[in-house]
Amino acid sequence: RGSGAGAEGAGVIEPGEKEAQGWPCHSTAPCQEVVATQELLKWNGWGYNDSKFIFNKKGQAEFTGKRYRLGGMVLPTFKEWIEKTFGASLEHKTTSRASLNVNDVPPPIVNEEFLQDLRATKISYSQDAEDRVFRAHGHCLHEIFVLREGMFKRIPDIVVWPVCHEDVVKIVELACKHNLCIIPFGGGTSVSSALECPEEEKRMIISLDTSQMNRILWIDEKNLTACVEAGIVGQDLEKQLAESGFCTGHEPDSMEFSSLGGWVATRASGMKKNIYGNIEDLVIHIKMVTPRGIVEKNCQVPRMSTGPDIHHFIMGSEGTLGVVTEVTIKIRPVPEYQKYGSVVFPNFERGVACLREVAKQRCAPASIRLVDNAQFQFGHALKPQVASIFTSFLDGLKKFYITKFKGFDPNILCVATLLFEGDREKVLQHEKQVYDIATKFGGLAAGEDNGQRGYMLTFVIAYLRDLGLDYYVIGESFETSVPWDRVLDLCRNVKERIVRECKEKGVQFAPLSTCRVTQTYDAGACVYFYFAFNYRGISDPIHVYEQIERAAREEILANGGSLSHHHGVGKLRKRWMKESISDVGLGMLRSVKEYVDPNNIFGNKNLL
Amino acid sequence: MKCYTPVIYKGLSPCKPNAIKSAVLQSEQVQYVIKQLAKEMGESPDIIQEEAMEILDEMGHRMQLGAVRFFAFTLSKIFKQLFQRVCVNEEGMQRLQHAIQEHPVVLLPSHRSYVDFLMLSYLLYTYDLALPVIAAGIDFLGMKIVGELLRRAGAFFMRRSFGGNRLYWAVFAEYVKTMLRSGYAPIEFFLEGTRSRTAKTLTPKFGLLSIVMEPFFKREVFDTYLVPISISYERILEESLYAYELLGVPKPKESTSGLLKARRILSDNFGTIHIYVGQPVSLRTLASGRISRCPYNLVPRHLPQKPSEDIQEFVSDVAYKMELLQIENMVLSPWVLVAAVLLQNLPAMEFELLIEKTLWLKGLTQTFGGFIEWPDNLCAKKAVLSGLTLHSNIAGLVDGHVVLNDKGVEDGAVGEIVFRHALAVLMCATYRNQLLNVFVRPALVAVALQMAPSFRKEEVYSCFNFLRDVFSDEFIFFPGISLKDFEEGCFLLTKCDAIQTSQQEIYPTDKGSGTVSFLSAMFRPFVEGYQLIFRYLSKEMKEAFTEKQFIPAVRNFVFQLLEKGSTQCYEALSSDMQKNALSALVQLGAVKKKKTPNGFTYNVNQEAVGKILDMFDARIPVQKPVAARL
Repeated sequence: RGSGAGAEGAGVIEPGEKEAQGWPCHSTAPCQEVVATQELLKWNGWGYNDSKFIFNKKGQAEFTGKRYRLGGMVLPTFKEWIEKTFGASLEHKTTSRASLNVNDVPPPIVNEEFLQDLRATKISYSQDAEDRVFRAHGHCLHEIFVLREGMFKRIPDIVVWPVCHEDVVKIVELACKHNLCIIPFGGGTSVSSALECPEEEKRMIISLDTSQMNRILWIDEKNLTACVEAGIVGQDLEKQLAESGFCTGHEPDSMEFSSLGGWVATRASGMKKNIYGNIEDLVIHIKMVTPRGIVEKNCQVPRMSTGPDIHHFIMGSEGTLGVVTEVTIKIRPVPEYQKYGSVVFPNFERGVACLREVAKQRCAPASIRLVDNAQFQFGHALKPQVASIFTSFLDGLKKFYITKFKGFDPNILCVATLLFEGDREKVLQHEKQVYDIATKFGGLAAGEDNGQRGYMLTFVIAYLRDLGLDYYVIGESFETSVPWDRVLDLCRNVKERIVRECKEKGVQFAPLSTCRVTQTYDAGACVYFYFAFNYRGISDPIHVYEQIERAAREEILANGGSLSHHHGVGKLRKRWMKESISDVGLGMLRSVKEYVDPNNIFGNKNLL
Repeated sequence: MKCYTPVIYKGLSPCKPNAIKSAVLQSEQVQYVIKQLAKEMGESPDIIQEEAMEILDEMGHRMQLGAVRFFAFTLSKIFKQLFQRVCVNEEGMQRLQHAIQEHPVVLLPSHRSYVDFLMLSYLLYTYDLALPVIAAGIDFLGMKIVGELLRRAGAFFMRRSFGGNRLYWAVFAEYVKTMLRSGYAPIEFFLEGTRSRTAKTLTPKFGLLSIVMEPFFKREVFDTYLVPISISYERILEESLYAYELLGVPKPKESTSGLLKARRILSDNFGTIHIYVGQPVSLRTLASGRISRCPYNLVPRHLPQKPSEDIQEFVSDVAYKMELLQIENMVLSPWVLVAAVLLQNLPAMEFELLIEKTLWLKGLTQTFGGFIEWPDNLCAKKAVLSGLTLHSNIAGLVDGHVVLNDKGVEDGAVGEIVFRHALAVLMCATYRNQLLNVFVRPALVAVALQMAPSFRKEEVYSCFNFLRDVFSDEFIFFPGISLKDFEEGCFLLTKCDAIQTSQQEIYPTDKGSGTVSFLSAMFRPFVEGYQLIFRYLSKEMKEAFTEKQFIPAVRNFVFQLLEKGSTQCYEALSSDMQKNALSALVQLGAVKKKKTPNGFTYNVNQEAVGKILDMFDARIPVQKPVAARL
């Protein structure tokens, strides 16, 4: 591998494998590894090609593939749940087109002089239609819908694959020289329309794919930090660190596909932030290439008082200022022991009160989440067929105990899922503390298995949308953060608003409108909503969907919630930025953009 | 016994009245104020807490089904004695039933009589709807047994004024909001604040309305339904009491023995009651796009917060909107028309002519959108006669002429002729008044047409605008839409062929001069009355005075003029008009209102009042033309 960046110091991990494959490659065709990853993934939906929900010959739901614990399992009650919840019927099916129609793809705008210069750099690139379409979108509903049934009006004209920081510097220089537009692309998991190309962009658009900058440059065990190239995706980062006995502990729900640079650019948050912190707590040093040059700090220290933290201009800049190339991130030894858990509460109010108390006592486990009743039932519907009569008898007994003996109403109760991490002894102690608090709020321990299943669902839930789309059901998730005292009101009002908006917009069947409190903080919580409805009988479902989503966001803001906790703003939520950070605040951000990128090379039009 | 299983709010968590009280006492809102006061006064919070407890005990209702049943039983007997019929719009009840299940509901009935809330609760009980808790004046508590009975039937009691008492305000507001948020029961109160003695809708009070709106502003509830309810009486139970009160004979204190004495009226007939339950209005819909959410997001919700100007304006707009809806759905009896005609033709009017005129006025009222209870097959003569029979205490038929019955309404009434006549006029006016808010827009255009020096549109509008400002406390106008009101008035007058408009001018048609003069005559008592009162203020009141001094003084002044025969404006004796005129001057800036330890005092700016008087006489142009807007 050509670059020698940061190859000194202790603990260097050499990605020998790549050398063997003959990196870097300079052809106009993308290199083999890119092709390999791209082919593993769906071109018109979420995640891996081999993993999806299907209805088998017996009409039972099944999850395919071997990647997830749910893989290959039959879900006997799922079909009924879908029919009951959405009024959907398996007989009414829509089908996506099978593959991309290359003829529909807008022809690329080509700047020949740039191409010549680019070839000279030996950086690999592609003008292939599939490669360009693959990087023209994130995973918003409307984007997936376009993939299935239409075509984007504007997509990147070229995809480049830099393999190191220096490559990025060259690309940005060339883009400046020829006045082209760069849109950085990491894992492509954006849900804020951040990756969509502005339709009116007349310059050649370069999609700068960071996926080949994926090495861990060094690990510093004394200071517990690691310097990593920004294109590495979450699961690879954790896998590779684990080889040396470390982890970052940063686990956003998209961690299988999202990249380190993407986390930095959107101010990401991970499931286990209670132990490890959010991205802003994890990052020690950032190197970013901008049209003005490289921005970085002169040392790698835990904290410094040198005016406003420049990291905070970079984190959340959503690709409008430059490309993050290398990040020094905190690492921790892999925890000795992990334990899942779950608690049933008689109702959502008690559950929230319990989470609040846990936050107050600052004893939140690595993760603690509270799902409402609808989501609990949804989780229940995804329960695989039980193996033995004994287990099903046990399940029945548990159900009897909770609903009959303890008097919980199965249509009101809700569940918290827990994940503890650390020394075995401390975990057990911690566990007891949390369960004791839960008991005070009427909670009943509901077993490790339920907890683990809850977290597993987080990853497979994203696959469900693709199934829904096949049966006229569209859906999306969105999130916010809110002070503790408003959590209940916000949850109730937003859910209700969604139901009403659906009714007003002519949606025939009541929507699924459900939420979970997914993170706790000292001063508030992060709330995550799922929303889906059956769109049969509606001529323009995407438009209706967008109106409802917008109304839901208005409702969130009116209830004292934030514009976003971790998804970011992108282009989807831009209209509320002024309200969110005031005129002056917006002006401050604009002036930074104007200085750093006066010619709008990073012209994805996000945020501002 | 009736099986009462009411429809209730879907989010209701059932609780006892006492649980509400302790929730209020323990609430962050009340605790915050208690701590603040303790700090400021250097007192122990426990003492203030006890005070709060006492306030709650004084205030709180203790709704019990037993008491409700008792009331329902006795009331049904009493109502059957008093009234011939009670008419309810069934679809309104059905809408209300839906509303009650969906969101917290606030019932906003018009207030003409004590019967209002009794009747409404009785009605909801009969229709198997959740019984409301009702904001009642503290004076009811003065009545032995009855006060407590009312309490058990769901009344809670508020002091008449408590602006300065922070603890009282906090406890009261939290009490109301707690019941609203939990969907405990529909909350009922009167926007007008008190019974209208004149049967004209009073200008709204905003305090309670802003309290019940706050949970929505703070998003503690998803929405709140406001339900305007119009209760129209063919004959008002308290009619003569009101007339006495308006003339300054003091209102008897609420007492149980007084109530027992009032039994006498049981033998009387009070005709029909119409109750129209309006379409529930969603507060969320009203507020959409009007309320900036920021102020509520940046301060903890339990802190007492002075509502922003935006909010205050919004609350006021909603209050007026609700009152206008009440007015829209009032039912007018034929007698109301008779009273309006008769008052313009005193002392006596030929019966046949009265019938003819009444029929004509019926047509006009319907053109203006008034809703008259006049069965299709009922001939005019019968309608007028039945009105005269029901209201024989006010007017009667003598030798083919209809005359006011001013021979003494009550036994041993004051012998004074003027006083007796005034009583009769005011009582009669109470019925005519029911028309006024339907007529006010076209009628003020008619008055303006006669006032304005020419028929030029902008001059007529200027006069209209001036009158609208002067009468802003007398009639109900939605704030800030003078031009729209003017256009509506013009439209209605055009519709009944009374006026024609060209590009620049508005002028009465030959055919319509009768209508125009009738309309301006209808409002003449107000125009003349205000002029009398203003004249008095500009001439006589040189020093600061209180309302208590002002009312008897101006009454004397008018009384003397009436005795001398130099005016015929008996209605200027009405304390209601006097108060409204004074407050109009305050709003126009011609009188300064000052707060002193002993209440409010007033200072007249003679010159300014003089100017306003000149405007009435159109001796000076009302204001600079606003042609641009027309």
